[in-house]
Amino acid sequence: MDSFLGINPVALFGQLLVGLINGSFYALLSLGLAIIFGLLRIINFAQGALYMVGAFFAWLGLQHLGINYWLALIVVPVSVGFIGILIERILIRPISNEDHLYGLLLTYGVALVLQGIFTHLFGSSGLPYSIPETLQGGANLGFMYLPTYRAWIIVISLLVCGSTWWVIEKTKLGAYLRAGTENSRILQGFGVNVPLMITLTFGFGVALAGFAGVLAAPIYSVSPDMGANILIVVFAIVVIGGMGSIGGAILTGLLMGIIEGLTKYFYPEASTTVIFLVMVLVLLFKPAGLFGKEL
Amino acid sequence: MTSSMDEKIRLRDLHAFYGESHILHGINLYVNRGELVTLLGRNGSGRSTTLKSIMNMVGRRSGSIMINGTETLGMPAHRIAHLGIGFCPEERGIFASLSVEENLLLPPEVRSDGMSLDELYSMFPNLLERRASQGTRLSGGEQQMLALARILRTGANILLLDEITEGLAPVIVKKLGEVLVQLKQRGLTILLVEQNFHFAAPIADRHYIMEHGHIVEEIHQSELEEKRGLLDTYLSV
Repeated sequence: MDSFLGINPVALFGQLLVGLINGSFYALLSLGLAIIFGLLRIINFAQGALYMVGAFFAWLGLQHLGINYWLALIVVPVSVGFIGILIERILIRPISNEDHLYGLLLTYGVALVLQGIFTHLFGSSGLPYSIPETLQGGANLGFMYLPTYRAWIIVISLLVCGSTWWVIEKTKLGAYLRAGTENSRILQGFGVNVPLMITLTFGFGVALAGFAGVLAAPIYSVSPDMGANILIVVFAIVVIGGMGSIGGAILTGLLMGIIEGLTKYFYPEASTTVIFLVMVLVLLFKPAGLFGKEL
Repeated sequence: MTSSMDEKIRLRDLHAFYGESHILHGINLYVNRGELVTLLGRNGSGRSTTLKSIMNMVGRRSGSIMINGTETLGMPAHRIAHLGIGFCPEERGIFASLSVEENLLLPPEVRSDGMSLDELYSMFPNLLERRASQGTRLSGGEQQMLALARILRTGANILLLDEITEGLAPVIVKKLGEVLVQLKQRGLTILLVEQNFHFAAPIADRHYIMEHGHIVEEIHQSELEEKRGLLDTYLSV
């Protein structure tokens, strides 16, 4: 296709696709953060590290246990979720009555420890994970080439985010979560086992990170610092979207991915900073975030 | 004489603390099956804390809290409701992120013979009309009805009600009074924290008067006239 108004559609759509894919990861990770923050009031800084652990589990499973990609999509989030449950029960619960800053520092510490362990065991260079056979190849859409695996990432992320949103906003289970997010003491007074709910919620939020890690393994190299790199951006996205909105976390994740992609096309020099620029603007003009409620 | 089987609530030497502050100083009270008993007193006298202590919603507690003859002092907060208790907090606790009907259906059933949605909607027709609205979009009176309806659906037969008439229009207060009389006729046991003595006087069986975290007086319905002066002294601001 020819260029129009000096815009090269192949390059533009290419960057948009990259943006959407990054946005899918942002959405999965910030969704997990938002769910956890809602009930525990803790910003889980270990979310990025657990995403990294998810990618490594997928790699280890394939290399040593014969767990293929499809199986990993189920087994890995469950195991990462289980690690989350242990973290919540052993580390977070004892400080749950302290200032929430302690929770942030604690989870940051957990992130560093996890990153350190994996660097020690596997070194810091990336490990390859090949795309499963059925998702190899791609389609020429005329204006761009769409690799199948990348399309898969976008579809499955939207599906997972969408169903999580649906469960939280439309079901009885979600009503417990929403009520607990607002006032867990009253919910507990009604006879709901809130401590158990907190543990399972943390496990689920963290499992989302593990799931994102499996999705990421074939396209980013599996390395111990992959979580730290993405977490800073995801943290900015959570600030932009505002705490307290599940739908907001998903939409902001996708939107920021797209904005990043567009910036890569129009002004590549700013592509790594544009999200932080948006964050500054949001903090100046709508401190509670685009979808957040004033706390 | 009442047998202990009829005692739905029995507090013995109950002390409660928020951090370093000692709020309740040895509360002794009981409520029998089917009784409506009020806790009267000025703001800060410890009435709400008494209810919250029963629900295990305060800090440290000591003494004894028997519900249906079961000691609950060591029980985790989420198990208390399952003894058949419904708590209606002073701030009403309506969830903004839930619709009216979601609020109504939220609390787990704690006994099998709770009121059905139909029964509740006929008792509080406003809630039926507004069942799809966001919980906190309701008027104060409607929110109070929702808070009450919500615990009646669970089958709770011991109700702890905190200042349910506060800030409400007289017509709604009257409606709530009628509802309490109906609930009493159904055999429910009610411990009511109330500021509005004129609301409580005609429907209650007994009154406890609290001051500075102590119960200073117990007045039976039949003694109201002779102890009127005493009551006025305690309750005057």
